[in-house]
Amino acid sequence: MKEKPVSAGDDALPSSFIPHPSSLLFDGWRLAAVAIALLIVVPLTVVLSSLLSPEREEWGHLLEYVLPGLLANTFRLALGVGLGVTLLGVSLAWLTAACDFPGRRFFSWALLLPLAVPAYVTAFVYVALLDFTGPVQTWLREVAGGPVAVPPIRSAGGVIGVMSLALYPYVYLLARNAFLTQGCRALEAAQSLGYGRVAGFFKVALPMARPWIMGGLMLALMETLADFGTVAVFNYDTFTTAIYKTWFGLFSLQGASQLASVLILLVFALIAAEQLSRRRLRYTQAGRHSRADRIVLSGTAGWLSAAYAALVLAVGFVLPVWQLGVWTAQVAAQDFDARYLDFLWHSLLLGGLAAAITAAAALVLAYARRQRRDAFTQIATRVATLGYAVPGPVLAVGIVIPLAWFDRQLAFLAKDWLGMETGLLLQGTLLAMLPAYLTRFLAVGYNPVDSAMQRITRSVDEAARTFGVSGLAMLRRVHLPMLRGGLLSAAALVFVDVMKEMPITLMTRPFGWDTLAVRIFEMTSEGEWERAALPAVALVLAGLLPIALLVRQSERA
Amino acid sequence: MTDPIQCPVLIPGTPLLEVKAIRQGYAGQEVVKGLSFNLAQGSIGCLLGPSGCGKTTVLRGIAGFEPVAGGEIVLNGQPVSRPGFMAPPERRRVGMVFQDYALFPHLSVGDNVAFGLQGWGRAERKLRVAELLEVVGLPDSGKRYPHELSGGQQQRVALARALAPCPMLLLLDEPFSSLDVELRERLGLEVRDILKQQNTTALLVTHDQHEAFAIADEIGVMDQGVLQQWDSAYNLYHRPANRFVADFIGDGVLVPGTVREDGRVETELGVLSGEIPVECKAGCPVDVLLRPDDVVHDDASPMQAEIAHKAFRGADILYTLRLPSGRRILSLVPSHHNHAYGELIGIRLAVDHVVAFRRDKARE
Repeated sequence: MKEKPVSAGDDALPSSFIPHPSSLLFDGWRLAAVAIALLIVVPLTVVLSSLLSPEREEWGHLLEYVLPGLLANTFRLALGVGLGVTLLGVSLAWLTAACDFPGRRFFSWALLLPLAVPAYVTAFVYVALLDFTGPVQTWLREVAGGPVAVPPIRSAGGVIGVMSLALYPYVYLLARNAFLTQGCRALEAAQSLGYGRVAGFFKVALPMARPWIMGGLMLALMETLADFGTVAVFNYDTFTTAIYKTWFGLFSLQGASQLASVLILLVFALIAAEQLSRRRLRYTQAGRHSRADRIVLSGTAGWLSAAYAALVLAVGFVLPVWQLGVWTAQVAAQDFDARYLDFLWHSLLLGGLAAAITAAAALVLAYARRQRRDAFTQIATRVATLGYAVPGPVLAVGIVIPLAWFDRQLAFLAKDWLGMETGLLLQGTLLAMLPAYLTRFLAVGYNPVDSAMQRITRSVDEAARTFGVSGLAMLRRVHLPMLRGGLLSAAALVFVDVMKEMPITLMTRPFGWDTLAVRIFEMTSEGEWERAALPAVALVLAGLLPIALLVRQSERA
Repeated sequence: MTDPIQCPVLIPGTPLLEVKAIRQGYAGQEVVKGLSFNLAQGSIGCLLGPSGCGKTTVLRGIAGFEPVAGGEIVLNGQPVSRPGFMAPPERRRVGMVFQDYALFPHLSVGDNVAFGLQGWGRAERKLRVAELLEVVGLPDSGKRYPHELSGGQQQRVALARALAPCPMLLLLDEPFSSLDVELRERLGLEVRDILKQQNTTALLVTHDQHEAFAIADEIGVMDQGVLQQWDSAYNLYHRPANRFVADFIGDGVLVPGTVREDGRVETELGVLSGEIPVECKAGCPVDVLLRPDDVVHDDASPMQAEIAHKAFRGADILYTLRLPSGRRILSLVPSHHNHAYGELIGIRLAVDHVVAFRRDKARE
């Protein structure tokens, strides 16, 4: 019997075959998906168009004086962080997934904790501690009785170190997953074929996990390219800070847009690389998760492993959080006032609004993709979730430029027709911020909703239909209750991400709308580290929420 | 218990489902090629065939999930599917039990069963749910959730849910495929009893002939989108209409032979009489179907065959025997006749009814 891959009814239904009663909605779902995709297409087009119609003078200046330095800085940073997160992430993943040593159970989840601390918070803590005027160097000078040659913390090495500590969990998480799935079987197979443990690791275990490691590395690198707060603390100029300075220092939105266009090209190159590495994900899965067979590291090896994991955890999480606590205790009495409650309120409000909007958009998108399997809708969905790769400053520029243009047109019209001065109507309002957040974090919200959606099999829909339940009634009675978990975690993840978000908030916020992140930026740019601690503590506490979700999820698996 | 709720009874024996020469397909590829059959009120039908034969497509066409490109589906006298027209599933009063059960995980068992009872009064609904849970043997499980039940219990809930709104026709798509073999057979018989007790007309789709035999009154064997034979289990086994059915249903081998002047068939195992294909005259080459129970072990028989293979089945042993010509045949022998590999045993044909197919030139 020839086993043709007959799609057992689910896919590839010629929807145009019969005029279905729901054909009116057909275009509705499609339109919704396209509209959401446009939210990302428009700013990207605006930014990229500045590549095509450059103002000669500014380009000349940029090419000659600005770009070489920025590119060199960016490459050095990407290379260093890439190397750092890979070394830290892979080694820790291997130790906790394939080996056994004292404290392994604790470390396997605790090593995710650095993800809860925004990189810019870790950054300012270490700059404060290790700078020339900081307690460490002061103490060293006292001990030595004179000047001491210490490598400066505000350097490429400093940024790379801090960012590697903050971002290695991405690689750790994915590589650990890969090592857990492949288990020790592959390594045992290699050993039975005459390879030693070390050779087997490099010949078999590592290559098998490579697609996952690459996936984690790409996430970390995208965060690196998009980072604003950390490099700002270090005064290490990259594209994001240059965009900010060009816009708010030189008041050249056009120049900012040109810088943004170069940054987005770098990101596209990275996405292309990521897609290439992802293609391999599907055929590397071998073996099933097995807990029993671990390489037991006893004696010195075991304690050394534990010490290494403890060191990373201490430097990446415990020490910064401890220091924040100390500073908070010093300044809380003076800083915990009505203004602080304002920052908190603004952060919560923005996070809440963005979370609600994003979860709703994710639901619409996931639903559209389920209902309409045509290529057009699929592509629209893909495009709509690309925003996670677009750095915040690029989005900010790309959204503010068209809004500013719109404001000017409105102002002209109002003046000509009504003789009124309108000022800025859209720019500097939530109407600029929320779409930017939505675009940036839609992928974060979409993934949990979509995977919940995919758990609802098609026969569930069909069962409901045989009972006469369809359309909105089906959404209400069947789908929404089943999607509740996915929607909640989407909202939680977006909420926390928006609270921690710095560049979009900084560049598009309504006048006087300072948030916790903005407060941190202002305090750190004045070197008042202690006073940045109080808002940072709130962000770390919020950041623990998604980690808890993640840990619970991985324990269930 | 109070009086059970009576589903409207249709006149038994009248054709409830008429499938008239339907064609179905996806993306230019025809999966169902002109299929016809009728199902009488109160009977249980089954479409049986290997995977990919189009049987599930037919079922989904009857349910109203997929259109027909040709022909017509008539339900209780009403045309429901034609090219360019498809009554939506919710208007057909057709219940369906899905392969994966498709229970709603967020609803309790009772709420799952009550899902299709929109527009019923609260008291009636409660009564109907209790009644059906009783029928499927889960009277106390109304408050539990689907994930707390075993596979067999989920299957019963799916059945109760589909039966609750009194469907005219119940469709079952490979309903037992995710259960283990033992449970499959037991539950099959149980489901048959329930369907008969509820006087439900049902159509089942499966690739497992034992399942089909256990449940259905009439079985249609399908291959490559074509209905090969629509008949009782007995006839499918003993009077297969063609080679495919002969091969697909039960065990057996085809032994070549030649038709003689007197209308009997000469084979290397002897001369047999029975039904000969009409177009066959004397000298016509045919293949004769020999079931394992047609070949009887007889120590007194002069015909000897060597044991090439044996499969112990408890009450009997299925021997694969090698004839002097090298041809292999099957023989079902009571298991106390335990012989070793390579041993020669005496056999005799005990064929009540010969089934022969004309051999194509191409096959020689």
